[in-house]
Amino acid sequence: MAVETLIVLIPLLPLLAFFAIVLFAHRNNALSHWLALIAAGVAWMLSMIVFRRAVQTEELSRFPFAAAIEWLPTGSAALKIGVQIDPLSAVTLFFVAWTVLMIFIYSIGYHNFGQPKGEHDRPGLPPHGAEIRDGHGHVHRVPSIEPMYARFFALISLFAFAMFLLVITDNLLTLYIGWEIMGLCSYLLIGFWYAKESARNAMIKAFLTTRVGDVFMLLGLAALYSLTGTLNYQVILNNPAVLNGLASAASPLAGVSWAGLIGILLIIGTIGKSAQFPLHIWLPDAMEGPTPVSAMIHAATMVSAGVYLVIRFFPLLSAGWDGHHLTLPMLVMGAVGAFTALFAATIALAQNDIKRVLAYSTISQLGYMIAGLGVGAYVAAAFHLVTHAFFKALLFLGSGSVIHGMEHGVFHTGENIDPQNMLYMGGLRKKMPLTFWTFLAGGLALSGFPLITAGFWSKDEILSGAYASGQTAIFWMLAAAALLTAFYTMRQITLTFLGQPRSHSAEHAHESRPVMTIPLVILAFFAITAGWVGIPEYFPAVGGLLPNWFEEFVGSMLVSHGETAHFSLLPLGVSVVVALGGLWMGWLTYRGVVRPVDPLEKPLGGIYTLLRNKYYVDEFYQWAFIRPARWLAETLTDRWLDRTIIDGALHSIAGFGVWLGKSLRRWIDLPVINGAGDLTAAGTRNLGAFLRSLQSGRVQIYATVGLGLAAMVAILIYFLWVIG
Amino acid sequence: MQFPILSALIFTPIVAGIILLFLPAENRVWIRRIALVAATLILLMSFVLYFTYDVSRGGYQFLEEAKWLPQFGIHYKLGIDGISLPLVLLSGLVIFSGVLVSWNVEDRPREFFSFLMFLGASVLGVFCALDLFLLFFFFELAVFPKYLMIVVWGYPKTREYGGMKLTLYLFIGSVIALVGTLAIYFGSGLRTFDLLALEQAGFPAEFQRLWFPFVFLGFAILGGIFPFHSWAPDGHVAAPTAISMLLAGVEMKVGAFAALRVGIQLLPEGAQYWAAAILLLATINVVYGAFIAMVQTDFKYVIGFSSVSHMGLVLIGFATLNRDGLLGAGMQMFSHGVMTALFFAIVGMVYDRAHTREIGALGGLVQKMPWAAVGFIIGGLVSMGMPGFSGFVSEIPVFMGAWQVAPLVAIVAILGILITAAYIFLVVRRVFFGEIPPALDQSVTDISRKDKLVIGMLALVMILLGWFPSLLTRLIEPGVQSILALIGGGR
Repeated sequence: MAVETLIVLIPLLPLLAFFAIVLFAHRNNALSHWLALIAAGVAWMLSMIVFRRAVQTEELSRFPFAAAIEWLPTGSAALKIGVQIDPLSAVTLFFVAWTVLMIFIYSIGYHNFGQPKGEHDRPGLPPHGAEIRDGHGHVHRVPSIEPMYARFFALISLFAFAMFLLVITDNLLTLYIGWEIMGLCSYLLIGFWYAKESARNAMIKAFLTTRVGDVFMLLGLAALYSLTGTLNYQVILNNPAVLNGLASAASPLAGVSWAGLIGILLIIGTIGKSAQFPLHIWLPDAMEGPTPVSAMIHAATMVSAGVYLVIRFFPLLSAGWDGHHLTLPMLVMGAVGAFTALFAATIALAQNDIKRVLAYSTISQLGYMIAGLGVGAYVAAAFHLVTHAFFKALLFLGSGSVIHGMEHGVFHTGENIDPQNMLYMGGLRKKMPLTFWTFLAGGLALSGFPLITAGFWSKDEILSGAYASGQTAIFWMLAAAALLTAFYTMRQITLTFLGQPRSHSAEHAHESRPVMTIPLVILAFFAITAGWVGIPEYFPAVGGLLPNWFEEFVGSMLVSHGETAHFSLLPLGVSVVVALGGLWMGWLTYRGVVRPVDPLEKPLGGIYTLLRNKYYVDEFYQWAFIRPARWLAETLTDRWLDRTIIDGALHSIAGFGVWLGKSLRRWIDLPVINGAGDLTAAGTRNLGAFLRSLQSGRVQIYATVGLGLAAMVAILIYFLWVIG
Repeated sequence: MQFPILSALIFTPIVAGIILLFLPAENRVWIRRIALVAATLILLMSFVLYFTYDVSRGGYQFLEEAKWLPQFGIHYKLGIDGISLPLVLLSGLVIFSGVLVSWNVEDRPREFFSFLMFLGASVLGVFCALDLFLLFFFFELAVFPKYLMIVVWGYPKTREYGGMKLTLYLFIGSVIALVGTLAIYFGSGLRTFDLLALEQAGFPAEFQRLWFPFVFLGFAILGGIFPFHSWAPDGHVAAPTAISMLLAGVEMKVGAFAALRVGIQLLPEGAQYWAAAILLLATINVVYGAFIAMVQTDFKYVIGFSSVSHMGLVLIGFATLNRDGLLGAGMQMFSHGVMTALFFAIVGMVYDRAHTREIGALGGLVQKMPWAAVGFIIGGLVSMGMPGFSGFVSEIPVFMGAWQVAPLVAIVAILGILITAAYIFLVVRRVFFGEIPPALDQSVTDISRKDKLVIGMLALVMILLGWFPSLLTRLIEPGVQSILALIGGGR
């Protein structure tokens, strides 16, 4: 088969799985997960074939695999949609296919396939567990299967479809389509347990917050389209003439070129989707969904899509960049990214929910990528996107495994504790060894543990890029964030796995089933090795041992190279020191925790409360936007404008009409015309009586009148038309 | 001579409506059957039209012409083009759905279905008419059944007010439009009401500028243009379910369509002169309707105001006077018609079972009526322009078209769909998710098979169109081209 056909099939299979499950398998749990798995598996296989071919093709960035059809007629020619695989989409496809498949497999175990149904379980709530009687007559409480098992696999298949569609497409419109379908899926999956109030709130928050970004992106899309007449990547981004034109044309915004304005609009889309400050608030709440969904949103799909967009449009965002003075969109990215990286890292310090820590770490790491692009480190940003997807998927699935183990303990002991609160964990290393070792690999990669982990290589490149660009503020913010990252990661690992158990549930936790742990092992492999394909040649000692394949492959995407490659030891040293230092401090601080209290809570005092409450951003938005918007809608538009002014005008016109009628009757009709004689009056009364009998409200009479009128019209027509 | 399919299409409901009136009132079985047969025939004929319309030839097809009042240049002239054909199809879908959801009407079903048929004949007549007088005739034919159905079968608390408000507004609208129409008739000097002849009349620019507001605004009142939208929510809410579906789904399109066909096509220079004003009003429609919809506590009012908001997009599309905008407006008319019919059908299903439309008193209905919940969410996704549904492929061209003439309009309108997302999801959360009130837990039952058929059919149409917009664009595109030719060369 032609490679283009294979590419088209990749998103199509999960879509088919979605429909097949919804239509035929919504009552059959085993069939539903097999349909989803087979679709994801074949999509994975096709992705690997496409990836292999892509790697072997010379000059792929100039001549990508592509095919297109006409879809929606707009503008001078029909809007074409098509597929395209170039180096950037090839590497994205690689990590998406892997992580999606691993998450699918893991979900079977996470949703307790093979376990009995709980007596009190109902759709819309997480399973409560079931009681079973063993051979000796003892009653045990065990986890029960998810009541909406099939629906889950249908929805994540749709989710995977949207992401694959977004990756393989060749134009911004289809990307937007995948992007929006993903927003919808995240809405449905975050609110998967819709009977929980918190889940319902989180689902709406996620959708609306990302939607704010989306409308700006849509504006950017409309502007781009009306200026260039196309949304195709190759035509816009691989074409210096178009880019220069956009960069030199002045937009309505003073002092900003069209490229700058469109770039900023697209970046706002990314800020929403990839949860950057100030639209980051939805992502931590999105933890209300089942853990595989968190992994899906945080690693494989949603947030990666946001970063993918800005990486994809980097040629436009950097149009006019000479290697020294950053363009406006780049400055925006650098500032937003670096600030978010640091901001989210500080919040993560004071969170006790194992998944929330990871959520803030995601926000922070995405900030790295955006900041990396801002300083022009294009390849480094793409590289970090790939490595982050692997280790963050691993960490989320690992935390799901921990929660599962803790839930088992909660079932066993009947303790009333939150199984996601790390303060009640501890010592899980011995109970859940596989989860521990894989989580450790992921955690070290996140912290950027030198040399062996993937996260080190990609993060180091972003730091070097920031340093080389001369943006020292961005560099130091990112370095500080890296220190905090290592610190809270070690805090998480220490509180969860090391030391002694701090609850009975933690004593009775146990390792998850192989269907959950095998994906962890595979992802851990990538969390370590994925970095080795991008070791810079200039790196002391190990540089050049392996070819820097990633730089060559993805770097070929840029028509002109702006990246300055001069090497300095300072960022390297900083990156090693902050990683090791943060890990070490985290271990020192949290190794001796025996009671479920954070040792930093007292010494930090008010700062801790501030961090704990996420700087009160949610509360601020409620006060600054939501309440005024309600006022605008409720008081101003509805009550005042619509009911008072418009309806009021109508009613006063009607009132005037009634008054006019009455006056005419009183001052003209009665004295003047009534004087004309009783005969007329009697006639009027009779007519009135007749009309009243017509207005009896009986529909038969209306109908008869209507029919009579119709008959008269018919006779009229007959005479005028046929005879005339 | 070919089979006069358009006459057959229009007279099927009229004949059915008359037959129904002569049936004994007790014979509910036959009353329903005849209504369903007539509705099915309409739907089938509209599909026949859809599949036999020759896209490669374009223009007006299935022409029929007979003398009616030749002394005044009035003809019985029918024909459809790429703009009106989707609307005929829409009417077929909505009439058919309306009959199905009204299956269990208890109160005087004979008159109910009969008037429903007359209303159907009226809208089909407007879409097919190629004579200005005939168009007006069908336009006015709707008033009688519409008013009666609201006042007799409507929501008891507001039906008198809603019915009266709606009728008065529409009368005012048609009087204004009539003045404009007469001006066109006498101004052309052709002594004809033939739309095709009038299109070529070449009115002087001064004349067009003077009379365009009359015809456009007069008809656009039925399309819900700000600040004359106020009849729409009150009327829709007061009406019984099937009539809400027809009113919001098709009648508002009748207004917009007539404004396009008479206003823009006959007086294109007037349209260009007034385009900015229409853009302004329509943009207010979009944001204003969405804002008010957000704070309604009555389920049905939310949908009523959402129609005001969405019709704004149609009018924006018209006022761009360019290819993208008009194409989007054509798509949006169809898409919104199907969507809002689905919305009102579901609101009716909920009300029939829960006996309340207060959002606060509802909740958790997804457990009781999953089809209704899924249908409502699909409708919601269409209305917020989610890709993969018909709303997206309709709204995108409107935005693209608007951006080319006034980027600010596009920006405000796009922000409007953000508000749409907010109110739709708030309603979904409160009505379909959450805790089910104990009283409802006892009383609410699942919807019937016929209801599911309606939801499934309308939802399928919107999804199909979302993925394969060419199903309609292939028709609308040539229609738009001929409008652009009238405007002058086409941009």
